[in-house]
Amino acid sequence: MSQLILDRLAATFTGGELEQIGSQHGNEWARVRRDAWRTVGSFLRDDPACDMKMPTDLTAVDRMTREPRFDVVLHLYSVTKKHRVRLYAGVPEDDCTLDSLVPVWPGLDWFEREAYDLYGVRFRGHPDLRRILMYPEFVGHPLRKDYPKEKRQPLIRRSGFPGKPE
Amino acid sequence: MGLEIYNSTVQAAVNWARKFSLFQYPFVTACCGMEFMSSAAPKYDLARFGAEFPRFSPRQADLLIIVGTITERQGPALRRIYDQMCEPKWVVAFGVCASTGGFYQNYSTMPGADQVVPVDVYIPGCPPRPEQVLDALILLQERIQRGEGHSQIVLKAEAGHDVPIAAIRPRDKGPHAVAGKTEGAK
Repeated sequence: MSQLILDRLAATFTGGELEQIGSQHGNEWARVRRDAWRTVGSFLRDDPACDMKMPTDLTAVDRMTREPRFDVVLHLYSVTKKHRVRLYAGVPEDDCTLDSLVPVWPGLDWFEREAYDLYGVRFRGHPDLRRILMYPEFVGHPLRKDYPKEKRQPLIRRSGFPGKPE
Repeated sequence: MGLEIYNSTVQAAVNWARKFSLFQYPFVTACCGMEFMSSAAPKYDLARFGAEFPRFSPRQADLLIIVGTITERQGPALRRIYDQMCEPKWVVAFGVCASTGGFYQNYSTMPGADQVVPVDVYIPGCPPRPEQVLDALILLQERIQRGEGHSQIVLKAEAGHDVPIAAIRPRDKGPHAVAGKTEGAK
C-alpha cells in the first residue's frame, strides 16, 4: 500500500537514520534512529509525495528485557494520498528522552503527555509535559512492566468509620 | 415517657416520610448510567417509590447513587460531594465497579466506592438489571424506616444515644430472608 513512503525515506535518509524497514500484512513500518526522529517526521509531513498531515496515534511500548527498552510508536496517515506508515524509535531506559513531535504536529501534544505519564518517556521540546491521566501526586509510571500490578496510590481513604477499624 | 414516644412514634413517622421522599444525586461515571436511565425512565419508574427527582446539586439531595467505576483520581471529588449533602443521607453503590471495583484490578481504579464514602446498599451486576435497582431501593427504604442508614446511626450516636456496635453495620436481612433462619444454617 505505502511502499512509496519507504522508498522516499530510503532515498532521502542515507546516513543511517533508518535502522530498519519492513512490511507486513500490507502495513509498512520503519525504525528510525532516535536523533533523526523529528527530521524524519517533518520530512514525511512536508514531502508532497508523502503528505502525512495526520498523526493518528503515538504511544510507547515497554519491551522490558530488550535494549533499548522502550519503543515509541507513531502512526501516520495522509488524508490526500490515503496511505499510512508506522514509525518506531527505540528509547533506552537510562536516557529516557526523545525529541517531541509537537512542533511538527501540534495534535500530538496530549499523546506525548500520555506516553510520558504512563511510560515515563520524556519528550524534549514538548511545551507542557505534565501527567494527563494520573494525578500529579502519582509516583512512577504505571504501564511500565516493572510497576507492581497490585500497587495502589490512593489519594483519599475513609477513616474514623464506626465499626470499621482503620 | 416523652422520650419513648419521640423515639418510637415520631421517629417512625419521620423515617416513613424520609423513605418516600428520596432526592437522588446520580454520580454517573460509566456505562451503568444507561441502566440507571432505564431504571429512572417510565418503564421501570423509580418515581413509584418516591425517588422522583434527580437533583444535580448534592446540597439538594439525600441519596447519593454512585453509578459506575470510581477511579482513585475521582476519590476526593466523590468525598466532597458526599460531605456537601445534608444529613441524614444515604449512599447506594450501583453495579460491581462502584461496589468492589469490578473486573478492574489495576493502578487507577478504586476497589469500591466504600473506600471513600460509607455505602448503605450495594447493587451487584454489570450492569444491574432495573429490577435489582428497584430491589435495592426497597431494601434502602426498609433500612431508612428502621433508622439503620449509616448517617442515621452516626447522627444517633452524635446525639448521645447508645448505639450498639452490632447495629452500626447490621446484617441486611432483606425481603427474601426466611423467618427464623439465620446465617450459617445449613
